Amino acid sequence: MANDIANFFDAESGKDKAPESVRFHISRYWEPRMRREIIEHVQQKGGAGLSDTARAAVEKLAAPA
Amino acid sequence: MYAKDYHDLGTPPASGASVTLEIDGATITVPAGTSVMRAAALADRDVPKLCATDTLKHFGSCRVCLVEIEGRKGFPASCTTEVAAGMKVRTESEALTNLRRGVLELYVSEHPMGSCPDSSRCELEHLAGEYGLGESRFAGAKTVRHVHTPKPVDHSNPYFRFDNDLCIVCSRCVRACEETQGTYALTIEGRGLDSRVSASQSEPFLESECVSCGACVEACPTGALMEKSILTAGLPQKAVATTCAYCGVGCTLVAEVTNGAVSRMVPSRDGRANQGHACVKGRFAYGYATHQDRVTKPLIRKSITDDWTEVSWDEAINYAASEFKRIQAKYGKDSIGGITSSRCTNEETFLVQKLVRAAFKTNNVDTCARVCHSPTGYGLKHTLGESAGTQEFVSVQHADVMMVIGASPTEAHPVFASQMKRRLRQGAALIVVDPRAIPLVKTAHVEADYHLRLLPGTNVAIINALAHVVVTEGLTRENYIAERCERDSYEKWKKFVADPVNSPEAMEQVTGVKAEVIRGAARLYAKGPNSAIYYGLGVTEHSQGSTMVMGIANLAMATGNLGREGVGVSPLRGQNNVQGSCDMGSFPHEFSGYRHVSDDSVRAQFESMWKVQLSGEQGLRIPNMFEAALDGSFKGMYIQGEDLAQSDPNTSHVTAALSALECMVIQDIFHNETARYAHVFLPGTSFLEKDGTFTNAERRISRVRKVIEPLCGLADWEVTMRLSTAVGYPMNYEHPSQIMDEIAALTPTFTGVTYEKIDRLGSIQWPCNAKAPEGTPTMHVGEFVRGKGKFYVTAYVPTNERTSSKYPLLLTTGRVLTQYNVGAQTRRTQNLAWHSEDRLEIHPHDAEARGIEHGDWVGITSRAGDTVLRVEITDRVAVGVVYTTFHFPESGANLITTDNSDWATNCPEYKVTAVQVVKVAQPAAWQRRRQAAVPASPRKRRAPTETVGN
Repeated sequence: MANDIANFFDAESGKDKAPESVRFHISRYWEPRMRREIIEHVQQKGGAGLSDTARAAVEKLAAPA
Repeated sequence: MYAKDYHDLGTPPASGASVTLEIDGATITVPAGTSVMRAAALADRDVPKLCATDTLKHFGSCRVCLVEIEGRKGFPASCTTEVAAGMKVRTESEALTNLRRGVLELYVSEHPMGSCPDSSRCELEHLAGEYGLGESRFAGAKTVRHVHTPKPVDHSNPYFRFDNDLCIVCSRCVRACEETQGTYALTIEGRGLDSRVSASQSEPFLESECVSCGACVEACPTGALMEKSILTAGLPQKAVATTCAYCGVGCTLVAEVTNGAVSRMVPSRDGRANQGHACVKGRFAYGYATHQDRVTKPLIRKSITDDWTEVSWDEAINYAASEFKRIQAKYGKDSIGGITSSRCTNEETFLVQKLVRAAFKTNNVDTCARVCHSPTGYGLKHTLGESAGTQEFVSVQHADVMMVIGASPTEAHPVFASQMKRRLRQGAALIVVDPRAIPLVKTAHVEADYHLRLLPGTNVAIINALAHVVVTEGLTRENYIAERCERDSYEKWKKFVADPVNSPEAMEQVTGVKAEVIRGAARLYAKGPNSAIYYGLGVTEHSQGSTMVMGIANLAMATGNLGREGVGVSPLRGQNNVQGSCDMGSFPHEFSGYRHVSDDSVRAQFESMWKVQLSGEQGLRIPNMFEAALDGSFKGMYIQGEDLAQSDPNTSHVTAALSALECMVIQDIFHNETARYAHVFLPGTSFLEKDGTFTNAERRISRVRKVIEPLCGLADWEVTMRLSTAVGYPMNYEHPSQIMDEIAALTPTFTGVTYEKIDRLGSIQWPCNAKAPEGTPTMHVGEFVRGKGKFYVTAYVPTNERTSSKYPLLLTTGRVLTQYNVGAQTRRTQNLAWHSEDRLEIHPHDAEARGIEHGDWVGITSRAGDTVLRVEITDRVAVGVVYTTFHFPESGANLITTDNSDWATNCPEYKVTAVQVVKVAQPAAWQRRRQAAVPASPRKRRAPTETVGN
């Protein structure tokens, strides 16, 4: 699903801004458990299967505010 | 037969300049174009009539409504004569009386006095009585029509019967079928004494093209066409105006009550949404409300493998509350949640989400709109600024071009479809975008100018191709865009859609629609001048559902088709209160009025009113709840009026999740599929038993009024209130109007809404506040709600659900007219006469290649599961596409739909499933077991001491 979100924002926001758009979408619409799981997926498994945009978005999501 | 007290003005209203005339010495001013008959009725000088009625154009056949007009020869018919300035009309004279009596006597010869089952409401007998007629001198003569050509009574329709002997061939039924419903199923066959009303080609009503909307029955001035319920129950003793609980049209209905039971349902002439019309579901299919399957006593059980035990309300509610408290104590506050229903009222829905947020102290609340129109909310909010349709239904009468995308209005929104067809017959153009040849593509006096028969899953490719034509051929409304839209977003979108990869020619291979058809449709839509888009679940229930909604808004903005009558973007909501359930804060990330839970100032308002600290963290969506249940972190649910086990995709996955719950509390009127996994069953109420409001697809808030007392003793809102109190968060409402007052106090778009105002105005379209004290029929007038409209780039991304050699066909789903959603209501009515099983539609070529013949059983296998249906071979579907409805649980339609969902909202991709279809000998074993053993009511054992009470 993160890849699907990234697909949308890659086109809408452009590759440069897409990770921030995806991060914003996930932080606004995904519940905490899902956010925690995808952050763990990136931090512990390197985000296998995620697109570049989705992985970058999750890294932003994990970064302290 | 009309409602008893209805004052029929004879002909429809006119709208010309004022004209003053004199009727029986009284001066009256009416619009030019008004008939003398209507003017007289408005002056309380009603002229007798039989063939005329104010819902239909004048006809001039009965010759009863004759009048005298000074300066004119003879006795003109008042229904066909228009008023003129200075005209002097006489409605009574000896000559007129003699003429009318003579005509009436001929009618009475064919319809003897006292022959109607309900003579007091037979317009002919009533009129003949006024003119002193008893027996006709011609009664029984061979020259009398029904003596000349006797016909048996047609009882075939389950809801009404046609008795030709009582028919006076006034053609009101035929004209109602044409003008009101637009089906043209009825005609007058034969001539002279052989004249009779005929359904289709002299077929019984049930077997004819008649859609059983009942407009003919209501228009009949005698008892020739009459509801069977009236024949058995007798005259009504009271009438209550309420709102239909079926589709999102939200028809205003009047329930007539005899001896405490509904004896007839008629559409209200005052209903702004339905304008005096109804369909086979709303008018006739209300019998489910008192069906023997209704569960009216609370039930509990420790385990889902146990039998149910009947208990008192107090015991059931206390048990549910104790279980929820136990689970939260053990697993944390976020281990439980609730589901609101689009079938319930705004007030009930608001209360359930309040229970979850304030009493459970979590935002784990979602609604069944998740699985239908959640992309509408997301897409329209982002582009236009509000999560709702832009128009009111009557706006369609100003549309020059209609584009219908992924919807079948004649089947799913039939009353609005009749309004659409009326406008189409007047010459509006029609573009249909749908994989299937929906009935609107070609029906009586209506034919689509373009049918874009796209492959399922390619909506976004089509909308981009349409936009490509608009942009590259200079069909955009640049002044409108410059004034009303964000320039940067427009330029970016314009560049995107102008790219040749989005051209109709490039997309032809993807969509299966010829480039010239897309180009023609785009030019027609752009030319307008008033072009309106209506769409349904064929837009939203895709992996790119939200993208498509944005694409639709883009196209409408680019062509200047928003912000006035006759244009707009209108989602056709599937259930009666989809709009309302979304408005009321049912989504886990939003409070009522679509405000995010993380917004501190919004949260503070709710905390202040509710006197509790609220979570600023969004909760679980329905699919998240399933996942969390399976991973062990989600253990309890309160589900009001929703059948997750039947309506959500990938049934095996859903039922595994539901089975993992430690406590499911379900509140419903029937023991549905989900209740198989419940521990507490709280009986619910039908729409006839409750007070509240529904909000329809045009944002129209209408009152639901209690017609009969709740069969289970408590209203739904009272049950939620008791549960909340038992959990530890007391609620104290005495009437749903107080809940609406709270909604108004907390929701900016509802601040002006009160029951008093709804009663006074009939209905209110939100926003209703200081800026718009009486509501907002058309949104985005002058400027968009978000300020400047925003274009979004909508790149087409193919769904992951692809055909393969193993699954070579694409399955898509939809509805039929006579059944509704998962069928819980309509399966318990006589609508089964039309549709008693779901079938799989398959193209003749695909059927032939598989050796399948009409009526065969076929196995349908997808990557998610398999089921068996009987097959219907038809070219309504294209080669490579199959289609089914999902009204019967034993069909198992959602056993084969997948977990794919919309990227933004998780709305399931019901509309695209790759499948294989093969001929089989019989239904699957589980289907045979189910058909043999479906219980009419849940297995239960009696409690040792029954203490049912309130």
